Amino acid sequence: MSDSNPARSHHDMGGQPAGAVERTEHDYSLWEKRVDAMLILLAGKSRKLMTVDELRKNIEAIGPDAYDRMSYYERWIHSIAQTLIQRGVINIEELGRRMAEVEERHSRGGS
Amino acid sequence: MSSHHEDDHPHATRPDDSDRLTYYQTMEIAVRELLIEKGILTADDVRRQVEDMDGRNAGMGAKMVARAWVDPAYRQRMLADGNAAAQEVGLDRGLFKLVVVENTPQVHNVIVCTLCSCYPRWLLGLPPDWYKSRNYRSRVVREPRAVLREFGLDLPDGVTVRVHDSNADMRYLVLPMRPTGTEALGQEQLAALVTRDSMIGVTVPVAAT
Amino acid sequence: MASEDHTAAETLASLPARFAPGDRVRVLRMYPLGHVRTPWYIRGKSGVIERLCGAYPNPEELAYRRSGLPAEPLYRVRFLQQDVWPDYRGSAPDTVDLEIYQHWLEPARAGK
Repeated sequence: MSDSNPARSHHDMGGQPAGAVERTEHDYSLWEKRVDAMLILLAGKSRKLMTVDELRKNIEAIGPDAYDRMSYYERWIHSIAQTLIQRGVINIEELGRRMAEVEERHSRGGS
Repeated sequence: MSSHHEDDHPHATRPDDSDRLTYYQTMEIAVRELLIEKGILTADDVRRQVEDMDGRNAGMGAKMVARAWVDPAYRQRMLADGNAAAQEVGLDRGLFKLVVVENTPQVHNVIVCTLCSCYPRWLLGLPPDWYKSRNYRSRVVREPRAVLREFGLDLPDGVTVRVHDSNADMRYLVLPMRPTGTEALGQEQLAALVTRDSMIGVTVPVAAT
Repeated sequence: MASEDHTAAETLASLPARFAPGDRVRVLRMYPLGHVRTPWYIRGKSGVIERLCGAYPNPEELAYRRSGLPAEPLYRVRFLQQDVWPDYRGSAPDTVDLEIYQHWLEPARAGK
């Protein structure tokens, strides 16, 4: 793990020591493609409900350990949800309730 | 590793693991449903946008590169205004300014976004995992030649390496050099030689044997 | 993908450009918190203006839902790798180019 200098944010990693580049590629899952799609739709001209800048800012605010553990689109959906809450498009309670409902539906065998 | 052929097909989607939902998969479903119920999006909007991105692949950028190889005046226009050059060959001009950087016998270019993973997605599709990885983003600005060697590209000392950190509002495309031995090829055949990785700058195109 | 089209010639009110291609500039040695697009590794380093990219709303403001106007000049600045990394082992002419917003730059004298 690189030095934890408070002057350098964790995402700002240019020049930090790191290992060999693993040339992995993966086909994106549908849920990942939908995250990508939602960002484009929300930030687009016809809605302007968030900006790419807010997406980045909220990703940068993810703590270092979480940032490293999360996958790219996990960071994105985290940030999109955070931004929508900040903007009052959704609120925490309805997000929480809906997530619980989704889980319950899924464990019952639905989607 | 990144043969152009795989970029011709509509992108495969890895099936979601239907046994269990992760926390963030649950969040994606919940956010999407809430947005649909609030009339902000429709399911159709999401589906169409996913399909739109699925249809984008390196063949699009390759079309520009191949045209530049056969048409010196187009090459100049591409270097002067990448967005207009994309539009000229029937592609989207995109929402970000496209800066095209040209490889020459003296200069080799390579692209990174150290801060997040900015990439000319509207011309190449979604970026590969390694481009977004900690190791690439950390090391390619500091030791580009070592990273390029990991990709199989060993550049002589006499070639200058230019790294472009796509850290603000520009997006970059490398215009690779046309491989030798391709004089007889037409534009479409040339485009087939141009890989996504050569437009990022971690490899160079080679003539098919 | 952005909510503003960054490809069109800017018609937004913008600050005048202070620098021109060829000018030697230094990135300010400052370390605020918050959403900045000037990477940590380039702070305090000197390079040369390669081109004026255009003028854009300040992302440091956009991230907090402010307008970021007047638009600010954004430059591509070219740095010699050997000036950025004390242990750089590539070729002497190797460079790294970054996009730097005007408020992060000050003039630098030749040689520093």
